[in-house]
Amino acid sequence: MARSTLRGKNEINAGSMADIAFLLLIFFLVTTTFPNDRGILFTLPPKADPNRPPPDVTKNERNIFKILVNSADLLLVENEPLADVSLIKDMVKEFVLNNGRNPTLSDSPEEAVVSFKTNRGSSYKIFIDILDQLDGAYNEMYGERVGMTGTEFRALRNTPNKTPEQRRRYNKARGKDGPDGKVTFPKNISIAEPSKVGS
Amino acid sequence: MSKFRKKAKPSADIPTASLPDIIFMLLFFFMVTTVLRETEIMVNQVLPRATQLSKLQKKSLVSHIYIGKPKVTSKYGSEPKIQVDDVLIEPKDIVLWVQRKKDELDEVERDQITISLKIDHQAKMGIVSDVQQQLREANARKIMYATPELVDE
Repeated sequence: MARSTLRGKNEINAGSMADIAFLLLIFFLVTTTFPNDRGILFTLPPKADPNRPPPDVTKNERNIFKILVNSADLLLVENEPLADVSLIKDMVKEFVLNNGRNPTLSDSPEEAVVSFKTNRGSSYKIFIDILDQLDGAYNEMYGERVGMTGTEFRALRNTPNKTPEQRRRYNKARGKDGPDGKVTFPKNISIAEPSKVGS
Repeated sequence: MSKFRKKAKPSADIPTASLPDIIFMLLFFFMVTTVLRETEIMVNQVLPRATQLSKLQKKSLVSHIYIGKPKVTSKYGSEPKIQVDDVLIEPKDIVLWVQRKKDELDEVERDQITISLKIDHQAKMGIVSDVQQQLREANARKIMYATPELVDE
């Protein structure tokens, strides 16, 4: 009651309120980091059974596309030195889609395996660069099977809840719609354990 | 009657001009506080960039491993180290850590645990493969190499 007898204006000066709000806004804009959970997905092979030796490789030599990286980040692709990493994508596509035409390349996409081996001294950057190339090659090949670009196929793959139509298309691209559930176009990327010897 | 009118003379309405600003301030405050990061990263993190990215759907299944050169080299040395949560660990401790992370999840989701590897581009494949071997050992085989998008120049 005593307060109501005060004379003069009872308003708080609100003119600077907007400035304060902007100041805070700018402060938070600068300091926030958006968590970006994006990257290259990969599934590791299951744990090796100590009682069972690794199975012998029965694959024909022509069905294996070999990529080796040494500790100086130099590449050996199909036993030939290669300087430009970005060429790998097209080489892999040519190798997988060969279908027996060229006797030095793969028999069929089903048989083709890309083997990728690094050295313990290789940098992580070159590993990611090459993995990215391999992923890109397969995404483009899958996309082409259903008349999409690699980017469109990747967007389809990342769609969380696919509609039946999208799922059908995705499975067709991945070669998962075979009669007996056999994958006719698998993504065979084998990452070998890095070698320990130097050089 | 005039006596009452005199008492009511100071204007009693609250100024509402600044109300939107206050509301905005609160909005920003809550927007920011909900995404505060809980771990302090102790290793250098310059991630290599890539183009073929996937996005993880369920964030609750993701656990992060950071690998890189420690920021405080006088204390931890200059060799790349592995950080999980708030501590630097050795590769052999990863199995235990994965088990702990799995225990935090629902029973049905334990097999779907995804490990996000945030690795500095200067790290060597030796330490990366040691971590991968341990993850195989711990049966956490779904991994993601965290990479920002490569923008063509």
